[in-house]
Formats: sequence, C-alpha cells, structure tokens
Amino acid sequence: MTDLTRLTIAEAREGLKNKDYTSSELTEAFLTNIEAANGALNAYVAVTADKAREMARASDEKLARGEGGALEGIPLGIKDLFATRGVHTQACSHILDGFKPVYESTVTSNLWADGAVMLGKLNMDEFAMGSSNETSYYGNVVNPWRKEGSNAALVPGGSSGGSAAAVAARLCMGATATDTGGSIRQPAALTGTVGIKPTYGRCSRWGIVAFASSLDQAGPIAHTVRDSAILLKSMASVDAKDTTSVEIDVPDYEAAIGKPVKGLKIGIPKEYRVDNMPAEIEELWQKGIAWLKDAGAEIVDISLPHTKYALPAYYIVAPAEASSNLARYDGVRYGLRVPGKDIVEMYENTRAAGFGAEVQRRILIGTYVLSAGYYDAYYLKAQKVRTLIKRDFDLAWENGVDAILTPTTPDAAFAPGEITDPVTMYLNDIFTVTVNMAGLPGISIPAGLNKSGLPLGLQLIGKPFDEATLFQVGSVIEEAAGSFVAETWWT
Amino acid sequence: MSVDTQTVKKVARLARIKVSDADAERMTGELNAILGFVEQLDEVNIDGVEPMTSVVEQTMKKRKDGVTDGGYASDITANAPASEDNFFMVPKVVE
Repeated sequence: MTDLTRLTIAEAREGLKNKDYTSSELTEAFLTNIEAANGALNAYVAVTADKAREMARASDEKLARGEGGALEGIPLGIKDLFATRGVHTQACSHILDGFKPVYESTVTSNLWADGAVMLGKLNMDEFAMGSSNETSYYGNVVNPWRKEGSNAALVPGGSSGGSAAAVAARLCMGATATDTGGSIRQPAALTGTVGIKPTYGRCSRWGIVAFASSLDQAGPIAHTVRDSAILLKSMASVDAKDTTSVEIDVPDYEAAIGKPVKGLKIGIPKEYRVDNMPAEIEELWQKGIAWLKDAGAEIVDISLPHTKYALPAYYIVAPAEASSNLARYDGVRYGLRVPGKDIVEMYENTRAAGFGAEVQRRILIGTYVLSAGYYDAYYLKAQKVRTLIKRDFDLAWENGVDAILTPTTPDAAFAPGEITDPVTMYLNDIFTVTVNMAGLPGISIPAGLNKSGLPLGLQLIGKPFDEATLFQVGSVIEEAAGSFVAETWWT
Repeated sequence: MSVDTQTVKKVARLARIKVSDADAERMTGELNAILGFVEQLDEVNIDGVEPMTSVVEQTMKKRKDGVTDGGYASDITANAPASEDNFFMVPKVVE
C-alpha cells in the first residue's frame, strides 16, 4: 500500500472521492507519523487525536454518500495562533496558559465547513514574534532538513516554524500559518515547502491572536502550489466580523495553474541584491529568471528604491501595534495570573513572568515609540515611509509588471543559538517584509538546494488581490525546480 | 536617539512589565541596538508624504449602532484566572 502521508492534497481529494482509502485511514497515518516524529521535531504543541478521528469519521460518512466539501477528509495542522473552540490556543506563550477559546476563528471555521480534519495545534514563535521558532514557550521546533552528512539541528524559520516543519515532515497534508513580516514565506523557504501570504484583507483576522493588526495575514503552507491554492480558496472569505476584510469574491485559484505565462511581465528589483548575500542565492535567482524566460515571460529590471527602509520602518510599526494589542494580557480575563501586593503589581508580575524576552523587547520598543514626544519622530515617520514603499510597488504595476521575482530569504536554515543579536535575526525578513508593509500577496516556492543540501526558496510578489497570477507563475517555477523531500531521520 | 536605563524602567512601568535592575541594564543595550537600526529612516525624504493608514483603499465598513451579539457572560469569564458569578475577580482597587 502506498504511504498515504506522501500524497498531495489534490491527490488525496481524488483518492477519497474514488474511495481508494478513507479519511479515517488517512488521518490515522498522519497521527502515526506525528507520534513517531514529534519527540524529535516538536512541531505540534497539542495533538487532537480524538477530535481528528471523530472529524474523519464524519467526513467518511459524507464521502460515502458522495457528498462533502472542497477539503472533505483532508487532515490539517493549525498554527497555535488560531482560536479553536475548546482546544489549546496560546500563541505559544506562557501568558495564555490554559486558554481554551469558546469560539472558532473565521479561517478555521471555513476549513471545517469545507470538511477538513484537525490534527492539532502547531508550534510557533511566541505571539508570532521571531524568525527561527526559538521564542516559543514550548521549545524550539527542529527543521526536518539537516546539512548533508551532519546530525546538527537547524531551525525551521519562523514564526510559522511548526507549520512548515509539520508539512515538510509529513505530519499533516497542509497547515494554516500567519505572516506579519515573513512568517509564512521564510519558514516555507527554509523547509522546502510552498507558503503564500495573501493580500491584506483576503483572509479574515477574526479569531487570530493579534500581533500587528495592519500587517497580520493568514495563509497556508503546503507541499505544492496547487495544494496551497486549494487551501487558500477555503481559508479566504469576506467576513463582517473583520472590518479590514475586503469585499471581493474569492476566485478559483486552481484555475490559474497551468495557464501559460507567455507575455507576462516579471519584474526583477535590483535592490534585492544585498551585501554578504551568498552566491548561491544569486544563482538561484538567475535560475528562476531563466525558467520564467524559457516559459515565455518577459523579464524586466525594475527599481524599488525604498526597499532597504522597509525593515527599519517595520520595527517601529509592528512593535507599536503589538504593544497595544498585547496590553490585554493583564492576568484578569484569561491565562496566567501572578499575584502582587496590589492590582498594578499583579499586572507587572504577570506580564514579566508571562512574556518571553523577545515579546518584552518588542512591547518596550512599541511603548517607547508611541510615548508622548516620540510619536512623530518614530511612528508617524515609519507610516510615511510605508507610503513610499507601497508607492514603489504601485509604480511597477503601473508600468505593466505582472509579478516580481526575488529570493525569499538571504540564506538557508541556520543552527539554533547561532543568531543571538535581535537585529541580525530581523534581517532574515529583509526580502519578505516589504510585502507586508505594502499589503501585497507573496508566495515562496522551493527552488533548489544549497551546497549543503538545504532548501532555498524564490518569492513572487503580486498585485493586490492577484494571488491567481502568483499561483500561475509559481507553478512554472515549481515544475522547473522539481520538489524537495527531507530525508526521514527522526524515526 | 538612544535610551538610558532610567528611561527603560519608565517605559517598562508604562507597559506594566516588572523589570529588575539587571533586566533593565540588558534591555537598554538591546533597545539601543534596535533604535540605532531604525535610525536609517532619517535618510528618507518624507516631505509632503501622507502617513499610511490603510494598505487597502477602502472606506471603513460601518454598521448600524445596535446590539448584535452577547448574552453569554459565562463564556466571557470561562477562561478567567479568578471569577465569581460571571464577574472577573481582581485584587481590591479602591480602599
């Protein structure tokens, strides 16, 4: 019998419909994999085996009657940032200890309505603040990929490190993730998986633990471009509960895959060539350019002059919004409470014990840049720079560019503990953060391996609400690059 | 611009996070590294540039001001560290 966990979502969808196997069998295969791997990889912080079996049984009944939604019986992992009714939802923070929401996020509601099966909650950087999954209260996630001939652990990227590692290690068919500065695309690149951050406003933020509300977006991580198109179609919706949800119908993203890219204009921004970037990244980028040119796309050099200012502006805007959003964790309404001599000391003790170092750092930066006398110098200036960053992209679209091709990350996966300086860690998001600042869609596609055998990704950036073109062009890169599978060393 | 340890303590107080002297000392260095990094923005000419308020050009959706939800106080307090009769319990605030 074939290993069911090696199937893509598209394949499993067919197999389930044809009754080649049941969702219960599929789900069981993933639960077995999780049990064997999670000790080594730490991708899941909660496994909902009973719930998964129950959901799979319900799907099997529907499938037996020839019914079922677009994801009927497909087992998925859910990032711990999404509220799931009655199930562990803690943003991998100590401060949300024991929190079990009495409601369901819109994105996960959409998935369950389409028949998906929940395997459990996935590890992540605390409150999605991190690029290596080393800030989780539940410990590091280990990348399924290792350097050739080495046993040393590597980080899976972050903040959706659990999502990316779980997909890469076949511990789920696909996973939900979120991206505030690169948290879907960077871990996807570091684990050889596909990750898309859709346009701001495409997926509802309702029921997703807030980090930086003007930047946060949900999206999927999956094995293939087609699988990510299938998942995004289900995750995205227009939602009255999120005022920033945009009223545009969700198109059939799969229909874009396989459409010829002949004549499409692909922009290559010169500002994405940074100092100390390994030659391999430049080579990969050139390969991507060649693949698209061979497929008939027109390659044009473009300039996005404010690129280098995106990251510094982000480290004002994101902490500022985070400091406001995280003010709610006060030991009163949910989670951890550490007593004090009065209510203020209780707040202070709770927040000191409940937030990890990186979260505290960002809250302090955010509080500082928003404090009286500094607002104009920092926050207002950053929001003006943000306007300029978006204008750079607008100009490219006005000049007829259909999508922009860049590397996803400045390098491959690194070792835990290797980067201790916060600013150096932030530089991991140098190519992804511009996209959040401008609210655009971006996809990372595995495009090759470096000389140590570690995966590298290429990023495509699209026009607002033009995810379809990213899937269309992305599948050309995928086809040319082939797929990359981590060797199973953990069982 | 840079911060000193006193400022870090003041900001921590505003953010309601207890920091020890040693924490404040360490954080001062870290915050200054970040503030140094964002100083690059001083190079950008922002004269006449409007600050971004929304990445998507759409008017804020509004609805009629009315009660559309509620009636489940026990759900709201279900996750509270301390609650009684659907009230959140906190240390005495007013003497």
